[in-house]
Amino acid sequence: MSEVSLERGRLPVAPSSERRSPLYRFLPSRSNPWRRPVMLETITWLYLLWSILPVGLAVLFSFNAGRSRTAWQGFSLRWYFIDPAGSVWNDPTLRDALFQTLKLAVITTVIAVPIGVIFAIGVDRWRGRLPAVFNFQMLVSFVIPEIIVGVALLFVFTQLTTFIPLGTPAQVIGLVTFQLSFPVVIVRARLLSIGSQYEEAAMDLGASPVQAVRRVLLPMLWPAIFASAVLVFADVIDDFVIVRALSAELSSETMSVKIYNGARSTATPALNALATIMLVISIVAVVLGFFVYRRMTRDDNLGGGAALDQFAAQL
Amino acid sequence: MAEREAARAAPKRPARGVLYPRWLWPAFATPGMLWLALFFLLPLYVVLSIAFGTLDPVFRSPIPVWNPLNWDPSQFQFIFGHLIGDAGFFGPPMLRTFAYVIAASLVALVVGYPVAYFVARFAGRRRVLFLVLLLAPFCVSYMMRMLAWVNLLEVDGLVNHTLGIFGVTPVAWLSGQPITVVLGLVYGYIPYMILPLYAGLDRIDNSLLEAARDLGAGRFSTFRRVTLPMSRPAILTGLLIVSLPMFGDYFTNDLLSGSPRTSMLGNLINTAVSTPGEAAEGAAFVLLLFALLIPPMVYYARSTSRRSMVEA
Repeated sequence: MSEVSLERGRLPVAPSSERRSPLYRFLPSRSNPWRRPVMLETITWLYLLWSILPVGLAVLFSFNAGRSRTAWQGFSLRWYFIDPAGSVWNDPTLRDALFQTLKLAVITTVIAVPIGVIFAIGVDRWRGRLPAVFNFQMLVSFVIPEIIVGVALLFVFTQLTTFIPLGTPAQVIGLVTFQLSFPVVIVRARLLSIGSQYEEAAMDLGASPVQAVRRVLLPMLWPAIFASAVLVFADVIDDFVIVRALSAELSSETMSVKIYNGARSTATPALNALATIMLVISIVAVVLGFFVYRRMTRDDNLGGGAALDQFAAQL
Repeated sequence: MAEREAARAAPKRPARGVLYPRWLWPAFATPGMLWLALFFLLPLYVVLSIAFGTLDPVFRSPIPVWNPLNWDPSQFQFIFGHLIGDAGFFGPPMLRTFAYVIAASLVALVVGYPVAYFVARFAGRRRVLFLVLLLAPFCVSYMMRMLAWVNLLEVDGLVNHTLGIFGVTPVAWLSGQPITVVLGLVYGYIPYMILPLYAGLDRIDNSLLEAARDLGAGRFSTFRRVTLPMSRPAILTGLLIVSLPMFGDYFTNDLLSGSPRTSMLGNLINTAVSTPGEAAEGAAFVLLLFALLIPPMVYYARSTSRRSMVEA
């Protein structure tokens, strides 16, 4: 987009506006191809306002001193930890939800990312029909409704076998199944751009195939692996359908399930506080992830914008 | 001397083309393939055998039938028998699913396209700021975004207060209003629409647009005859990415309406699965949803994998 601003400086485009009415700058002028697209910019800002304001208000009301989620009664941290019964920290069900969410996010990331990375390498290099089928399935799982995976696994764990109990074990299995496509697709995209010449060079120099993968390919993949780990972690924190379908007792319900259960019934700002904590965890994970990612890829000569573009392209 | 050295070293180096042992890549892929076979493909078969299975006559619990030759289609007869007519209680939710999903996807496209277009073409130096703002909703969980609207739309919420200033009587937005559900779906899924649109529009070569202008096309006709056709794949990807998950959505409806007047296919599945004795019906609905979405999912996966090949 920098071309646009460059061109704008170079071309003598704007006719002198003195003879025209003051409304000139708001009226479309066919002679100026680089005029500011006022309409588009307005739509964009309205959209951003619409997308961010409601969430901002929900965050604001998590600091409400009263019980209302709609009328402001003063600032307080009451619903975070001060209130002896109803605050996130003092209500055992809400606090359990917080820890369950983090537990699932960590375990799922630790399992899904390694399996996904070696799967991506294997599927990328192994030519044939079987890997093609699985590669296809990875892409499908980006658009498949989660409820299909959730309900199917629920039937497995209740009708087919019972040795994997509902609750954390079943939830982790469901989440890993659903999240596997992140590392696979991201790492594969990186593999395609790396090509195979570096490994071949390593093996020409005497490395065994496994050494070539471990000492040449893997270091080049670290940024992609890291980005996918951040995405899996942040996505598991927000997951709802699978976690709810495969939950057992109350303590295995995560923050998003608590919000779903409570949004229309028990109305205290503690729910907003819980949601705000989720939000902060996600933001910290993604922002930290972005800066580490940029550090890892600083040799690729990416500016802030380009790095963000690339990071965004992997979402 | 050097030749003899080389001859001794030579056998160690595998010949070109057979650099890797044959088992190496399959071995890498095995854990992932096993996982998916066990926890993705097998579960789908379990759904099949429950949907085509029988019911325990006393406890009404489903008895899966593993052998396809003995499958019993009565669940599907039951569902298809109640699509239309006097007892057609499954018909309206089905139709509603299509109507809501199509409406919400199109609104998301109509709102999202100008935004993506602006950020891709005109944001200039502020592009990073806009990108951060467009990505922000991805950090906010879906449930929180719905909770935010529940707070705003309650009868004594901010929306009714604001409308009250203009003399509008309070509206019960959260009890079975189709418009609330559709706009809720738009709000929930539109970030997933904007991102592929942005990526697609950003890829369009600026010089093509300049050429169109040089050849005399106005701003609008440049858009209509160059930009729009070139962004068609991105539009299609965006529509698929938002509409397919919407078909299985039940939580948006539950949070923003909770009324059977707006229930969708996802709600039918959720209700059936959580009602004792209706698990088989839930399985049948899941299969129906899956079968319905196979063609668009396959189309999506094929076009995406082909595009990534072209880019590489």
